[in-house]
Amino acid sequence: MYLFIVCVSTAKDVTYICPFIGPVRGSLTVTNYRLFFRCTDREPVFGLDLPLGALSRAEKIGAATSRGDVSYGLVCKDMRNLRFVHKELEDSLKKSAFEVLMKFAFPVSNNMSLFAFEYKQVFPENGWKVYDPLAEYKRQGLPNESWRISKVNDHYELCDSYPAALFVPVTITDEELRRVFSFRAKGRIPVLSWIHPESQAAVVRASQPMVGQNGRRCKEDEKLLQAIMDANAQSHKLFIFDARPSVNAAANKMKGGGYESEDAYQNAELVFLDIHNIHVMRESLRKLKEVVYPNIEESHWLSNLESTHWLEHIKLILAGALRIADKVESGKTSVVVHCSDGWDRTPQLTSLALIMLDSHYRTIRGFQILLEKEWLSFGHRFQQRVGHGDRNHTDADRSPIFLQFIDCVWQMTRQFPAAFEFNEYFLITILDHLYSCLFGTFLCNSEQQRLKEEVPKRTVSLWSFVNSQLEEFVNPLYVHYPSHVLFPTVGIRHLQLWVTYYIRWNPRMRPQEPVHQRYKELLAKRAELQKRVEELQREAANRTASSSSERAGSPTRSITPVQTFV
Amino acid sequence: MLSLGSVGAKSTKPSFVSYVTPEEIKLEKEPPKIEKHPDLLPGEVEFCCANPILKYTQDDMSQRGIFGTLFCTNFRVTFISDEKSQEETTKTFKNKLYGENDIPLMCVDHIYGVYDEKKKLITGGLVKNKYPSKMIIHCKDLRVFQFCLTFTKEEDAKKIFQGIAHHCLEERSLKCVFAFSYSGTPSPEMQRKWETILFDSPEDWTQEMKRTRANCRLVTENENFELSQRLPKYFVIPSALGDLFSYQGKGFPIWCWSHHSGCALFKASLPPVTQEDGDFQKHLDIMLNAVAHNYLYSAKTEDLSESLPTIQDIQQSYNKFKQFFLIENSTDFWLSDVKWFSSLESSGWLDIIRQCLQKAVEVVECLEKDNTNVLITEEEGTDLCCVISSLVQIMLDPYYRTLMGFQSLVQKEWVAGCHAFLDRCNHLHQKDKECHSPVFLLFLECVWQLVQQHSPAFQFSETYLTVLSDSVDVPVFSTFLFNSAHHRESVMKAESPLAQSSPLSCPTVWDWSVQFDSKAQNFFFNPLYSEKVKHEKAVRKAHKPKHQRQLSLPSTAFKPPSKKGFFKDETDSLKKILRVKRLSRWMGSPDSPAATTRGFYESWKQRPLDYHGLLLPCLDGPAVRVWMQRYLRWIPEVHIMGGGSVAVMTKLMELLSQVQDLKRVLEQRDSSQAVKLDHRPYIQHRLLSFGSSGRLSSSFPFAYSRNRSFKPIIPTGLMQSLMVTDSLASQEDEASSFVSLV
Repeated sequence: MYLFIVCVSTAKDVTYICPFIGPVRGSLTVTNYRLFFRCTDREPVFGLDLPLGALSRAEKIGAATSRGDVSYGLVCKDMRNLRFVHKELEDSLKKSAFEVLMKFAFPVSNNMSLFAFEYKQVFPENGWKVYDPLAEYKRQGLPNESWRISKVNDHYELCDSYPAALFVPVTITDEELRRVFSFRAKGRIPVLSWIHPESQAAVVRASQPMVGQNGRRCKEDEKLLQAIMDANAQSHKLFIFDARPSVNAAANKMKGGGYESEDAYQNAELVFLDIHNIHVMRESLRKLKEVVYPNIEESHWLSNLESTHWLEHIKLILAGALRIADKVESGKTSVVVHCSDGWDRTPQLTSLALIMLDSHYRTIRGFQILLEKEWLSFGHRFQQRVGHGDRNHTDADRSPIFLQFIDCVWQMTRQFPAAFEFNEYFLITILDHLYSCLFGTFLCNSEQQRLKEEVPKRTVSLWSFVNSQLEEFVNPLYVHYPSHVLFPTVGIRHLQLWVTYYIRWNPRMRPQEPVHQRYKELLAKRAELQKRVEELQREAANRTASSSSERAGSPTRSITPVQTFV
Repeated sequence: MLSLGSVGAKSTKPSFVSYVTPEEIKLEKEPPKIEKHPDLLPGEVEFCCANPILKYTQDDMSQRGIFGTLFCTNFRVTFISDEKSQEETTKTFKNKLYGENDIPLMCVDHIYGVYDEKKKLITGGLVKNKYPSKMIIHCKDLRVFQFCLTFTKEEDAKKIFQGIAHHCLEERSLKCVFAFSYSGTPSPEMQRKWETILFDSPEDWTQEMKRTRANCRLVTENENFELSQRLPKYFVIPSALGDLFSYQGKGFPIWCWSHHSGCALFKASLPPVTQEDGDFQKHLDIMLNAVAHNYLYSAKTEDLSESLPTIQDIQQSYNKFKQFFLIENSTDFWLSDVKWFSSLESSGWLDIIRQCLQKAVEVVECLEKDNTNVLITEEEGTDLCCVISSLVQIMLDPYYRTLMGFQSLVQKEWVAGCHAFLDRCNHLHQKDKECHSPVFLLFLECVWQLVQQHSPAFQFSETYLTVLSDSVDVPVFSTFLFNSAHHRESVMKAESPLAQSSPLSCPTVWDWSVQFDSKAQNFFFNPLYSEKVKHEKAVRKAHKPKHQRQLSLPSTAFKPPSKKGFFKDETDSLKKILRVKRLSRWMGSPDSPAATTRGFYESWKQRPLDYHGLLLPCLDGPAVRVWMQRYLRWIPEVHIMGGGSVAVMTKLMELLSQVQDLKRVLEQRDSSQAVKLDHRPYIQHRLLSFGSSGRLSSSFPFAYSRNRSFKPIIPTGLMQSLMVTDSLASQEDEASSFVSLV
């Protein structure tokens, strides 16, 4: 099935302590990619399959008992914890499956390479070709008379976390840009992300300005923002959305950062979106996991859910994106979005706003392009936030920012069930492979690093896999509305916990047959009937041709009623 | 940018922007006064009216409004706009009896008056004082109306306010209910064969016993209510039960439904067991024996008042719960949004729903897995008994998941079964608060949970359930107007000589053509319903062989050998066994019932899903949800423009109509085989032109948003929403320096 998988070790007689059905005995196999546990003397056959990349933490729990049993606990990034009990091997020469596991679970910490670099499966399509920046900007009508491409960051020397291709207003020279680089945190200058096809209102992303306590100013930065505003003839205003709570933005001044003052940036209005930082989000997800795994406390379910604040964060992010989309669509105003570094909250907001504004990003390929563009090329720090192959599970840089974004997308698919070409399974697949390290897509922190590591050459793209079996990921309810802006409702009353992702390991919460399943059946039924009608028509035509014959050969098979079967 | 609506009730001045200024109205009004009047229903009488009244439009953040005339009739409070209304005509889902600006008097829940910026609940006493500047009406179907009374003449304002308050709040006699004045002609096209079984004749019961292969006895002795006025005219009892007149005054088991295995569900009105009352204990034992005798001499009994909330608890919980949806303005909405989940939990409403479903699953387990007869009891025998028995039947019998089956079930268990609708729904505004309780609504809520979780198993849609829940408070139907069969009959008899010729012409609620045209009725059907592949119409499918796959064999411990003359000899030991069983299984069990049924649910879940077999609900926290359509339909803040389940429904309906069209073509071609395969009335699914679905909002088909630009609703006051106070919030984003890969 997978190429270059080495079956490293198998341990028989391992007990998996399942929190739902109790202890299960079976055999455990560990390869350099995954572990699987199989128990065959049970009805139904019980299996467990986990890519090692999904492990966040693996450790021996306690000392061996008197019976020589050792217990291992695995904490996973995909919202589950596993526990195995195994007899300690007397034969110390033979490596236990768990030692092998510890070694392969965290290859980066052990100076080995991630499995993605070993994986050599060939797919009919090459996913690395999905995103071509120039083609994508061309789709948006760029370059045009107001926006040009700048080659100033061609070799990533001014900003190593930005892509090579940057779109800036034509009125700004590269020389002026260089000065802006030093004024924005990590050199992440305001550049174009998306432009409205009609009003020319633009979505621009950046990092915080390095204002500091003394209120430093940068003439070129001010000019750049003015130029961004001027590039849109429809509005004489510019909205700057600072994703942070205002308190945090102010606190950043102490560390040299800050936000745009209204004095320096005339005609610009600054709005804080009150979205919290990566640490708050990490803690929120940790609490959520406590509440949903393994068991749900029924009587306090709702207040427990509320206490995690997870959906409240989702609400704030969606609300922020909604305000951005509203300004661009209804206000025809250009917007600048930033947070502190512009690589966590900023891509969340811009990509959600783009999904609301541009129906192209709601198709399967469009969504892939969106991820490649807003997240990967603009340097969301996947390596740090996910911690691929890294043993250090307490790393404070880890945070479920991308998961949160996918959750927001899922919330939108719930509210607009016919507006997205992809289905829920597509989103779950993306998240599973965010952790699995099977594909190269989510490796490294930036475009520059991925090129340096030759990721596109040495690994397979997730999109190769996805685009080679698209029918799995298609939402049968999809209707393509070309210029249809989606404004979701952000009230918490309409947000739901994504049960089929966060609680998917709980067998009691497995979904019943989803709506689109029946829809697929109906589609099949229609196709079948259509075929049958055509057959009959042909037959009738034949019969009239040879009209002498009597009513023979009429279809004898009784027609199935249009009921759909389960 | 954001226009923060001034807070309605608390605003210092009514800062509305009207489409017409008051001066303009005067100018317009003085010359030939064109009076607008509501289209009265047959039998409807206008009481009073006032003009101009400003009705605040809810779907706007500012305090805007429309001027018009407010009327009060013997049926409704109605507002007629001075502007031409054009949207009414375009509605696809229009109620023929009342429109969006009509409030049937019975549907009024509370009236508030705003006096000097203070909101006060209006009760009978307050009416005599001066009239308020603003009148807020909360409806039982969760609409909120706000009328400004300051523009009209003082006496008119007073009159309309007092009129409305009087007719909506004062205690009154049943005869004043509009149903007794309504003289709508019953629609002739109602076909007999499509009619719901009303269970008002011995034949209906015999038929039902035949359908479920019950082995019980039909009782006709109560035809003139000689046995009891609280009992139905006809009912069915265990065949082992002797002369009913000897048990007069005490409850006895009434048959609800028989499982295909032979065991059956019974309900009884029995006061709670007290230890010292030996006489009663004896009676109970006789009853239990009779139930046990029905099948395999096993029986379990459950006193629902012991394990489920009381009707007062239900009432209290619902009162709290509904407040979250009676939203008067946008600010209130966003403020309450912050603590949404914990407020929801504190109301306890979802938990009550869960408990009822849980109890029903327990009963289902006894019937399906243990094949034991079950007797459920409570003091009245017509509240929670109805909830549980109906739920059990829906879970076990696919017939009750069809539209007609469901309506027959409501007739059987609730209407013929003597649920005290009049008292529970408080149709007459009685002061006695003890007996009000939304028990029937609770049942519909539980059904909705099932529909929501297993949509393809139900022929009816959630829209149907929402409409049914609204219809309870429409005072035109006789279905929900009475406390018992006896009550119904005595009122009807007393009324009929007064009415000109025919007896009272109240239609039943099941005659949906009274409220909706056939096109609108299509929304009652679930396009996802997976119909049974069965062509014969007469034979019901409850006794399919595959139904007999059982989880385990009936417990043998309680199966005495079936020898003749057993009953007398073994009664004593049987009694003991029954006693033991009752205590161990239902009361003293160390495991919570939730834990014991968990296994039952899980083993059911492992089997392939059969929409025509047993259906169990998932009861874990996230699975029990708020009935969004019913509760959120009027709140503009949560309307998803172009989204919501309507988007799926339209797509499905379109596809289904294509499939049906194709099938029709096939049928025509195949006319030699004149088998009528589809016994469902042909539904014209192409209700909505497909392009329009993009503009429909999630509240379709109920609320319509109009005059509203396609603008998003942005929460006001984001700052206060999150209470993150820990140190993490102030932590620096970037915790450590650059870590490079490999």
